[in-house]
Amino acid sequence: MQTEFSKEQNLLRDVVSRALRDKSPATAVRELMATDRGYDPAVWQELCGDAGLAGVHVPEVHGGAGGGAVELGIVAEEMGRTLFCGPWFASAVMAGTALLEAANESDREELLPGVADGSTIATLVLDDLDDPAGVGGSITATANGTLTGVASMAVDAHVADLLLVVASGTGVLGLHAVEGGASGLAIEPLQVVDPTRKLSRVAFTGVPGRHIGEVTGDTLNRIWDRICSALAHEMMGGAQHLFETTVSYTKERFQFGRPIGSFQALKHRCADLLLEIEIARALTHHSARCLDSGEGEPCAASMAKAAAADAYMSAARAGIQLRGGIGFTWENDTHLWFKRSKGSEVLFGTPAIHRERMMTMLEGAA
Amino acid sequence: MTPDRIRQEVSAWLDANWRIDRPLIEWREILLEGGWAAPHWPEEWYGRGFTLDQTAVVAEVFRERDAVPAAQVGPRGLASETILACGSDDQKRRFLRPILTGEHTWCQLFSEPGSGSDLAGLSTRAEMKNGKWIVNGQKVWNTSAHHADFGLLVARTDWDVPKHQGISYFLLDMRQAGVEARPLRQMNGHQSFNEVFMTNAVVPPEDLIGGEGNGWHVAKTTLSFERRGFSRRVRGSSIDGPKQGPIYEEYEEELRIAAEPYTWYPQREGRVDLVLPRARETGAINDPATRQEIAKLICLYTGARLASDGAEARRKAGTTEIIPAGSIGKLAASVIARQASVVHTMISGADAMLSGPDSAADGIIAEVLVSVPAISIAGGTDEIQRNIISERVLGMPKGFRADQGPFRDIKRNA
Repeated sequence: MQTEFSKEQNLLRDVVSRALRDKSPATAVRELMATDRGYDPAVWQELCGDAGLAGVHVPEVHGGAGGGAVELGIVAEEMGRTLFCGPWFASAVMAGTALLEAANESDREELLPGVADGSTIATLVLDDLDDPAGVGGSITATANGTLTGVASMAVDAHVADLLLVVASGTGVLGLHAVEGGASGLAIEPLQVVDPTRKLSRVAFTGVPGRHIGEVTGDTLNRIWDRICSALAHEMMGGAQHLFETTVSYTKERFQFGRPIGSFQALKHRCADLLLEIEIARALTHHSARCLDSGEGEPCAASMAKAAAADAYMSAARAGIQLRGGIGFTWENDTHLWFKRSKGSEVLFGTPAIHRERMMTMLEGAA
Repeated sequence: MTPDRIRQEVSAWLDANWRIDRPLIEWREILLEGGWAAPHWPEEWYGRGFTLDQTAVVAEVFRERDAVPAAQVGPRGLASETILACGSDDQKRRFLRPILTGEHTWCQLFSEPGSGSDLAGLSTRAEMKNGKWIVNGQKVWNTSAHHADFGLLVARTDWDVPKHQGISYFLLDMRQAGVEARPLRQMNGHQSFNEVFMTNAVVPPEDLIGGEGNGWHVAKTTLSFERRGFSRRVRGSSIDGPKQGPIYEEYEEELRIAAEPYTWYPQREGRVDLVLPRARETGAINDPATRQEIAKLICLYTGARLASDGAEARRKAGTTEIIPAGSIGKLAASVIARQASVVHTMISGADAMLSGPDSAADGIIAEVLVSVPAISIAGGTDEIQRNIISERVLGMPKGFRADQGPFRDIKRNA
């Protein structure tokens, strides 16, 4: 198994990092998060249409760059660092992964190129965002593919051209393709803690859909693992940004005639945070390498998701606390990352759920 | 020289020289003459100028052949490396050979009751009287001092200069009336260390190393070797399994004495290896709260291992690594050990009140619970590691210091 990034992977990171620093500064994040749509179509076209960032993990035959979980993770990490606002996670990571793992070959051929080049904005609709074991039951499909039911939360469904819906029918769960404007589809935007990631309630009332693949328990767990690994990367990018800016702040802010970073209470907290981040990042990068090689711990993605979520929240709490009152203001940017951290902590399973999932994989159910 | 070439040379030399019926010291004299005792040392001092990687190949061949290596275990490794780096030719001539042959054992006389984390604040006094250094003071945490022939001693020779500048470094003969080593009992019941009392102990002027007032520099040299593991070779260097032959009896005894202080070290690291077997055996593996804590431990342990492997790979690839892997690794080891201790307690429940043969795993778990507190203290406390990380990695500013100016004027422990 690979243990370090290759030259090409480091190059990809440099390119993505530069593009996102340019296209997704905090001012743009603030502007977009206040809109209903939540993203800038021109930037989307540049990053996904021109630069191909939605297809890094898609095979070349389907119009992608032919990378894997490592490349997807690199992009996710840089997106998380800058709090990129846009349906990249929903479309490339969630829907792209569902297509790659569960769709029939002919459906992949038809649907993946659009996702890979950003011309289709897709999302994955699940009726449970806590635990793969809870998916299915709230949305049902008839034999001819008509969908009925509710997903209480779906990421970026309000801008999706294509909704991939996991629904129960006869036998195992199925993956269904639904067009964004389909009749009987009601997408109702929800008020959210983290306005940089939009959520909607999606209700299906006899919506015409197309069955494009089976979703066995194993398939669903594979999808979950890949999404969680990418999400862990996104979180580590955000954690690293918060950590760096917080440490810088302690060197610039003076109280009692000294930079506050000279006080051990703060230095020790920063040292502990560095350790927590280093450990979580190592697990996160490892999870992608495990997915790409098929080797390593089966629970690697859950380890990564649990550790990254805890580390991001630690960085977010420290980011606010070490800035004192300034950190609690709306004007200061820290809360934007704090809220992304809180949202990511619980999306696709809290740390506790992932720790239990990992123990079940290691030792069997309790 | 390539690894293959080294293997060939060492093998040929062992074919001609290695015999199990020689007395240990006699074999080591041959080893020294042959130049295989310390291949990473310079040619004029028993070595071949090998890199550490090349030296590892030599050690590997010795292990494969069950051939006894030079005595490098325990604090004597720190002594030889320090003398080699900072000593005079006369000191190298007198001290290096008996260290390699195993005739002399050494100890480190650095920490003091009043000077722990702040080593440079030491107050053991060395004064020149009638052409000799006269030493008075007390040291503590001195592994192997009770049987050592010599000690690596730092003492203050000038009280009127800033603290780092008034220290000198001596090679102290431990076998004299003015030196007394007393075993120190730890909270876990073991006696791995000593206190050493020096009352008008004598050091001849030729046993000052590195020059008067230059002791801090020499001490940092010793500490850098300590961090690189030169005192802990003992655990990796034993020949596997009991071997028949007179030389092995002598060698095993040497290793046993050197390893004795470290028997409980695996316990202070938390015995992560025993967590899952114990959890299964007791049924605690089915308790949701315990499962959460075990999972946290596995994440910490696995992540820290991956992070350190990554740092090591980057070091080998020659990437400049700004992260001092030592400090971060040490802090990680503390966090892991504490979490392991929490988990072992949850698994044992009320049985955690018992120790020794009455308790789980023949006392090993009880020993974990009362040994883990050592890991965040020994070799630099967690708090000191956090200072190092925050200042050297994160570039955070140093705090206010109250120990500038002549040492005489600095407040210190009574």
